[in-house]
Amino acid sequence: MAGISRVLEHRLVQYRRTFRSSVFTSFLSPLLFLTAMGLGLGGYVDRSGTAALGGLTYLEFLAPGLLAATVMQSAAFEATFPIIGGLNWQRTFHAMYATPLSPRDIALGNLVWMAIRVAMIATVFTAIIVLFGAAHSPLVILGIPVAVLTGMSFAAPISAFSATQRTPNQFNVIFRFGITPLFLFSGTFFPIETLPSYLQPIAWLSPLWHGVDLTRGIVLGTLADRPVQMLIHVIVLAVIVTVSSWATIVTIERRLVKG
Amino acid sequence: MTLPSLPLRVAPPLTFGSRRALRLIERNLYVYRHTWVVIVSGFFEPLFYLLSIGFGLGALVGTVPGPGGAPIPYQLFIAPALLASSSMNGAITEATLNFFFKLKYQKTFESILSTPLSTADIALGELGWALIRGGLYTLGFLVVMVVLGLGVSPWLALTLPGALLISLAFGAVGMACTSFMRTWQDFDLIQLVILPMFLFSGTFYPLDSYPEPIRLVVQLTPLYQGVDMLRSLAVGIVGPATLFHAVYLAVMGLAGLVVVSRRLDKLLLR
Repeated sequence: MAGISRVLEHRLVQYRRTFRSSVFTSFLSPLLFLTAMGLGLGGYVDRSGTAALGGLTYLEFLAPGLLAATVMQSAAFEATFPIIGGLNWQRTFHAMYATPLSPRDIALGNLVWMAIRVAMIATVFTAIIVLFGAAHSPLVILGIPVAVLTGMSFAAPISAFSATQRTPNQFNVIFRFGITPLFLFSGTFFPIETLPSYLQPIAWLSPLWHGVDLTRGIVLGTLADRPVQMLIHVIVLAVIVTVSSWATIVTIERRLVKG
Repeated sequence: MTLPSLPLRVAPPLTFGSRRALRLIERNLYVYRHTWVVIVSGFFEPLFYLLSIGFGLGALVGTVPGPGGAPIPYQLFIAPALLASSSMNGAITEATLNFFFKLKYQKTFESILSTPLSTADIALGELGWALIRGGLYTLGFLVVMVVLGLGVSPWLALTLPGALLISLAFGAVGMACTSFMRTWQDFDLIQLVILPMFLFSGTFYPLDSYPEPIRLVVQLTPLYQGVDMLRSLAVGIVGPATLFHAVYLAVMGLAGLVVVSRRLDKLLLR
């Protein structure tokens, strides 16, 4: 634990210097997205009836989904460049390894930092949802831990992958063919029921869909209607996070020990 | 470097750069040969957006008022707007982050200047490369539009040069802005302009929900000019306003080119 908190301290000191630039990407951009898509475009969606959204306004439908999708994007970013930078560019991880810190401390310290970053973003986003009047249940506060779980189900596996890379070339592929399609087709912007029926089972493979559906259940207070499905979502996400956190320790250790 | 004579300094775009700019395009072709996946992937981004927002969400929207006020299907409304905004985004990425990296870290331009190429050749070559890329993406996107049944007007063919004009305008101004940047953090300022423009310039929904003063401001943004130009062409309702949009973007692009070449002179030659 002590080792992890040292690594965490390093990331905190670093963040103190760069937080200004993250204010925009983390906080302002979800606000703009929610205003444009939820209110602006939402006006046109609501005009043609809300039956397909189960009687919700488009803003109410979009807000929880966008929360999950936003933390996915931020988590994916935090898990790519800082990891490859620490192992290849600034080599801070090698520097840490030269101290009593173990590869496990380095891996978990960085993952915990990512969880904190995601929690910060989720907290602001949840406050915005409440301000927009799109929350139906006081349980909305639980949206924050669920968002952290969703974010980490991306941050952990991507970190494990980043630690095996020496150049950022593959990241482009991850973002273009992984993150962007998930962002667009995981039930964030429209219910997956409107997809062709043969495509719907694919959504079950998307960690983001589990996160979106879960977050929506919490923010809208419909959690109790489908308890089994919600439990499945939590289990799926928790398994992904656990397994890939372990994988991150392995890949970072391999790079530090064998170079 | 000798200073150009007075008339050339007054009207530089007329003699801007030389055929040597082609050598820079050739260089970029060689460099990207190894990361062709990055190039190919750029084509899919607007396509994914079209399928998701246009067809997935569009099924819930139905029709919206198009150019001229007549209702059009949402897919037809959003497709040209996605083309315009992806032209903008592609040009901005190339002209800001990639350009900055070559300028400050890789020192690519310094080595190029030790050859007979001039700074204007660099500006022109980089922009030409961005336009070739943008043109390929646009062509791919237009084919997809026709295949999906969104090719309703013969004017659609003109969206290809239209999209290139958008790339030119944003690419040139983007490079000009980049030449003033000091650190990576400064690029947040560019995002601060680009993202609101992407979301609020009539890209995703018509402007008629805005109050009059806001609508006027939005109509002055370069992205709105591009979106409205491509949308009018795609729907086939073309008028003097379409031509005005084109002139607006062309002037913006030329102004950007002049600024960037002067800034490169200052940064690299003095």
